[in-house]
Amino acid sequence: MQAWRTAAEIAGAVGNGRTTALATIEATLARIQQRDGALNAFSAVTPERALARARAIDLALGQGKPTGPLAGVPFAVKNLIDVAGLTTLAGSKINRSRPPAEIDSPLITRLEAAGAVLVGALKMGEYAYDFTGENVHYGATCNPHDLAVMAGGSSSGSGAAVADGLVPLALGSDTNGSIRVPSSFCGLFGLKPTYGRLSRARSFPFVASLDHLGALARSTLDLALAYDAMQGYDACDPVCVDRPSEPTAPSLEQGINGMRVAVAGGYFKRGLSPAAQAAVGRIAAALGAVRELEIPEAGRARAAAYVITAAEAAALHLGRLRQRAVDFDPYVRDRLIAGAMLPAALVVRAQKFRRWYREQVLKLFASVDAVLAPATPFTAPRLGQQTVDLDGVELPLRPNIGIFTQPISFIGLPVVVVPVALQPLPIGVQIIVPPWREDAALRIAYRLEKDGVALAPRPPR
Amino acid sequence: MSEAKDWPLDSFIDAAAGALALPIEPEWRPAIKAHLQVNWRLAQEVAAFDLPDELEPAPVFES
Repeated sequence: MQAWRTAAEIAGAVGNGRTTALATIEATLARIQQRDGALNAFSAVTPERALARARAIDLALGQGKPTGPLAGVPFAVKNLIDVAGLTTLAGSKINRSRPPAEIDSPLITRLEAAGAVLVGALKMGEYAYDFTGENVHYGATCNPHDLAVMAGGSSSGSGAAVADGLVPLALGSDTNGSIRVPSSFCGLFGLKPTYGRLSRARSFPFVASLDHLGALARSTLDLALAYDAMQGYDACDPVCVDRPSEPTAPSLEQGINGMRVAVAGGYFKRGLSPAAQAAVGRIAAALGAVRELEIPEAGRARAAAYVITAAEAAALHLGRLRQRAVDFDPYVRDRLIAGAMLPAALVVRAQKFRRWYREQVLKLFASVDAVLAPATPFTAPRLGQQTVDLDGVELPLRPNIGIFTQPISFIGLPVVVVPVALQPLPIGVQIIVPPWREDAALRIAYRLEKDGVALAPRPPR
Repeated sequence: MSEAKDWPLDSFIDAAAGALALPIEPEWRPAIKAHLQVNWRLAQEVAAFDLPDELEPAPVFES
């Protein structure tokens, strides 16, 4: 069934003539039309563009021209990423008054250069300040595994579209966990690369110090192929590092012999649901990871990420808060206003702490190659849920969804989330590696997938 | 360092909103106040950590 083909399988079938890019894209568009009413994942579908692109790929193949490793692979992007001809909504009502984007994000351009076919833009939490996928303007994006639970945010449409088999690949953004949370709640593989690795040019920002772009998929190989296609310097993003591309797909089969994997202890073991404990335990056991390692001051790192997020997001939106405060999602607006009131001295302290924390964490990687940690403390909560019970204590839900992702993106470390197919809902585990070692995290994920320990489960139909 | 609950947060919100020219409707205030209390608590937790004067905040991730 085409819906569950991976990107690599689609590209293989298109490349060897078992199917065409046009047939693939037509089936994808039909599936989106059939399914998205229930999911609420897409904010725009781009059929004319997609069909034209598919025809061009088929024509090139017929002429014996190279078409790239993602030939005919449909993909979609979170709607904070510029798509030529579409207004970049970033999940907001306010951005509707902006003109349509004139040109695509460089990540779209690079994926299309590898043969992939953009089919649309995906819903998200307003201005990415969200972990739930609920949105007052556009409604909640539902989780394909249970339409009554959260897809996770803020890349909610990205998670739901990939988990439901609408597309094999989606792009998202991750400032504090917005790729890793929906990956965990929807049971997907997710990659948040090193800060500065993938260009953020022509994407709507959130927190410049912490913003990353990345991908969600149902297989490790698909993540690697997409990541490899998107790497490369871009002077249009001031934090994009001028570093040669380091392809990861060719090394996936190299295995993980000799890799030292530890489990994050202390902070990362507190407040875990039984599901999160089971998932980390299962991944650790499969990797023979018996060592427990303490990431120093992780709780304070999460606090600092929270503070920087509040202040930088408020700075970004200050003009809109003055002019159009009533047009924000109230939950986002109230946090932004509170963020604007943080004294600058405290925000700078948080940035200084970031430097210290980064140095301490990098020292840990002298004795270990990867660290495992839960991606979320629990599986997807029910839509509308406001509190969660952790260790017998009832806590507000929203600020606690990202407690295990925030201390990692805070210092830009690359992470691959692997899904563990627990019942009734999946949950993710983070594989955290040193800067620029996406290859190592992907190799570990690939091994776990090959061994059947990590699996993106198909939702019930 | 002082806790947010120890000082007149409503006065602070009024002053900050005035200085920043931020319109605040009365019904928004309880949520803004609650978020500000969380911000303040977490910011103080970070600020309480002693750091050397020479430490620069530059986020450079070369390996």
